[in-house]
Amino acid sequence: MNRIYIIIILLSVLITLTTGCRKEDKYIPSTDTDVTDPTSSANYAGFFLLNEGNMGNNKATLDYFDYATGKYSRNIYAERNPSVALELGDVGNDLKIRGGKIYAVINCSNFIEVMNLDNAIHITEIAIPNCRYITFDGGYAYVTSYAGPIGSNPSYRKGYVAKIDTLTLSVTDTCTVGYQPEEAVVASGKLYVANSGGYMAPEYDNRVSVIDLESFKVVKSVEVADNLHRMIYDGKRYIYISSRGDYKGSESSTYILDTHTDQVTQIPFLPNSNMVLSGDSLWVISNEWSNITQTDEISYAIYDTRVCRVVTRHFITDGTEEEITVPFGIAVNREQKEFYITDAKDYVTPGKLHCYSIDGKRKWSVTTGDIPAHFAFTHKQLISKDK
Amino acid sequence: MGKRFIRIIFCHTLAFLPILLSAQSVQDSTEVMYLEQASVSAERLDKEIVPVQRLSGKKLKNINTLSVADAIRYFSGIQIKDYGGVGGLKTVNVRSLGSHHTGVFYDGIELGNAQNGVIDLGRFSMDNMESVALYNGQRSALLQSAKDYASSNAIYMTTRTPYFDDGKSYNIRVGLRAGSFATVNPSIIYEQKLSNHVSMSANSDFLYTSGRYRFTYSKKDGYDTTAVRTNSDVRMFRIEAGLFGKIKRGSWKAKIYYYNSERGYPGAVIREKPGIFFNEDRQWDDNFFVQGSYRQEVTKYWSILINGKYSYDKLHYVSDPRLDVTTMFVDNTYCQHEGFISASHLFKPFHWWSLSLATDFQWNSLDADLREFVYPTRYSFYAVAATSFELGRVNISASALYLHIKDFLRQNASELNIAPRERLSPSLIFSYRPIEDVDLAIKAFYKNSLRMPTFNDLYYTFIGTKDLKPESTDQIDIGVSYVYRGSRNILENIGFSIDGYYNSVTNKIIAMPTSNQFRWSMMNLGKVRIIGTDITLHSDIGFYGVHLFPRISYTWQMAQDVTDPSSQWYKGQIAYIPQHSGTFILQGEYGSWGLNYSFVYTGERYESSANIPENYVQPWYTHDISLTKIFTFKNSSSLKISLEVNNIFNQQYEVVQCYPMPGTNFMIKLNYNL
Repeated sequence: MNRIYIIIILLSVLITLTTGCRKEDKYIPSTDTDVTDPTSSANYAGFFLLNEGNMGNNKATLDYFDYATGKYSRNIYAERNPSVALELGDVGNDLKIRGGKIYAVINCSNFIEVMNLDNAIHITEIAIPNCRYITFDGGYAYVTSYAGPIGSNPSYRKGYVAKIDTLTLSVTDTCTVGYQPEEAVVASGKLYVANSGGYMAPEYDNRVSVIDLESFKVVKSVEVADNLHRMIYDGKRYIYISSRGDYKGSESSTYILDTHTDQVTQIPFLPNSNMVLSGDSLWVISNEWSNITQTDEISYAIYDTRVCRVVTRHFITDGTEEEITVPFGIAVNREQKEFYITDAKDYVTPGKLHCYSIDGKRKWSVTTGDIPAHFAFTHKQLISKDK
Repeated sequence: MGKRFIRIIFCHTLAFLPILLSAQSVQDSTEVMYLEQASVSAERLDKEIVPVQRLSGKKLKNINTLSVADAIRYFSGIQIKDYGGVGGLKTVNVRSLGSHHTGVFYDGIELGNAQNGVIDLGRFSMDNMESVALYNGQRSALLQSAKDYASSNAIYMTTRTPYFDDGKSYNIRVGLRAGSFATVNPSIIYEQKLSNHVSMSANSDFLYTSGRYRFTYSKKDGYDTTAVRTNSDVRMFRIEAGLFGKIKRGSWKAKIYYYNSERGYPGAVIREKPGIFFNEDRQWDDNFFVQGSYRQEVTKYWSILINGKYSYDKLHYVSDPRLDVTTMFVDNTYCQHEGFISASHLFKPFHWWSLSLATDFQWNSLDADLREFVYPTRYSFYAVAATSFELGRVNISASALYLHIKDFLRQNASELNIAPRERLSPSLIFSYRPIEDVDLAIKAFYKNSLRMPTFNDLYYTFIGTKDLKPESTDQIDIGVSYVYRGSRNILENIGFSIDGYYNSVTNKIIAMPTSNQFRWSMMNLGKVRIIGTDITLHSDIGFYGVHLFPRISYTWQMAQDVTDPSSQWYKGQIAYIPQHSGTFILQGEYGSWGLNYSFVYTGERYESSANIPENYVQPWYTHDISLTKIFTFKNSSSLKISLEVNNIFNQQYEVVQCYPMPGTNFMIKLNYNL
């Protein structure tokens, strides 16, 4: 029976040696960085930045920058919502603020995360399979989704737009649109949806579906270009639309859709991976991969919408664009005379947020979550986590 | 497109197991080889001049293993990447060089996968396995194919060669394994002596598992959620047959193998609104091969070895939005063919000098029903010249491997021209035994090796990059091994080995993002520098009829990402490589009773080279135990019953982020030998 004793002794030694090696598994607290001097701001108290996180890693995170303190807080969701299992989710694809709530579209988690704007505390999640972008009009949110009805050939499956009542936070209606719809905007009572057809490459979709919001039916579709992605409405007449191109012959480009005439014009030589409209200036970043040259071609352009021409292709003027690997997100705060560019780096390590003065000189930089991407400015200061 | 990318990558990571077979390992004559088969439990590693770890015979059988991957995790210097459960992909990464740098050999011939280079060790059953060995650098047999020199590290799985007790002309073994996850695994092995010189062996097994298990994610003062892994079932059937022949001063073997499986893909565990969407992706595999090997001592000074193989692998992957609305429709079939022929010569003009030459030719092709696919065909030519000097207690070996690879592509009925890739990679091995009759050896080696970009790296629609260079590794290793062979008294033997190494990987092929999540592209960007040490200690102890076999392994590794000095994460420990890891096995035998305890420890790691709290992964350690009893009957047949408990303390852990591992599970094994 010696053997048994020896085994028992060895076992207990091992167990003692090896238990206690695991650290206490707590939620990950946010990290605050003082990035700049405190400033006052009339309209904006700060902004949220949604980090997408690489697919399949469940690493979408939310950051917050506060003008009044000049503090950047990384990863604020987990500590404010410790009871939400598996944190924010997988691939944060869009972020908007409306009516005292933050809406985060979590693509691969198949829901819209709704948070309280004051403290970023979870309110609910609205399940929408393969959801992509969100926009608002009146008391409704409109969310695009790839997962429309399946016809006889499952390879050709249209997407849809879900209409969400912002009071009840539930889907009240749906409308089938084109293939793999991306961003959508509301212009004069109609919802314009950019269809990509990305699942069907190389047979991309090239249309914008136009939904009449009254009837919530598609009333027409307008051909623009292959593989449409982003959309911005200027609030008056024109919608700016980006096309990703087919990554081969047809290049990424920017188009203008006239909502009065449905006419489409291409802005020549303006490749576009992301854009923002500030006043009359359309800020466009492009990081275009060319299969032909097998390199990335990066540009930072401003298109003046009044004179209809590109006024610069280097809006970063101090040479620091060299330090950006993959320009990804963009935002402009005219009041602060600042703009922001995020760098997604290699997608699997944290990215960077760079702040520039409006004349293109870098003011500060800070480390973000993985794939920093989507900005949402808030007029309310985020309540500190301790309150 | 998001999900599509993930699934495509996943589907491609799933390997086929093209398999081969071939010649027995060592350069000893056939007679010695047969003798060795009889005395399998003795660890005869002393002849090796490179670091090698091996588990064989009874010691291998007694560990709680479902597949070869479970056995390999007890070696030092390795990390098993495990997606969890019976059906989850399991690959091995030796000394942090990356799993593509480990050659996996089945009965002496390398298993190939030109499509993605991935060999799933979870698919190889332990039923018929005689030994599993890991060689750092390369196996130092002199008579071996050129491909044996080609990878940075190599795993050799050797199946049982029929062996008959006196007066017996056949063996039959029927086995049944059943337990947690609704696992049922019946198997049968039949061996027949056909003549004094020829024997045959056939074996088959079937496995079904629901793969379902509970897992828990929790945070202190936070959430605590438990769910069940679903769509993780596996149904597998395998049949294998071999002929083994002895001829005058030589031997031959032939093997045929077929594997068929269907499995579900449970996918990553990410946050979702519970109970609404479920993964329904499925995969079907067919793997077939025939391989043969012929070894002959032509004269006292000259021996030859011929190996050959043909394999066919088919993978069918379906992701259907009619079953899972969130997904993109994918229904793709990939077919691979591989042909391989090799001739090796060993010249031994003097007892202290030998010279070997080997040339291999391999053909691979891949067919897939993808849009804009280029239908690649690859011709690979390997040639090696090696020499070895045995000067007293000093052994010096050197080899130079020449590799020439030419790919042919076809697109829209036109041929695309791809420039051939050619490289030369050398190795130098040194070993010295300072004291006569003492099993103490000082070993050192330098080796350069390459891994060719796979078809997916190069030509996968959208992702592939046609002008990739091969990934290159350099390894420097210095080690000491010692075996003390005691008397018949308590300490029968004790052995230890310690190795220190410095490795570097350059031109590492990594997927780099382009403008958005859907567009990645393969690039030769990565650089990794690895400093490490591997230690193993093993012994046989016997007293009062009790036999104990303890075995300890420990690994320390600093594997740094040195890709970009300007990066904030420069010199971060690379993803999933712990600094500390180790294993402990204690096997005990008393009469017909056996007890096995095994422990695996993997220290803290990070999920990316950004070593920050967000990427921190908890250490994990599992305790497994099994009890075995053998009943012997009058007609000399025997029944072995084993009860296994794995992960006794029900630790919840992940090896790969978002892929939870099973908690406590049970297995019962019955083996009847006739």
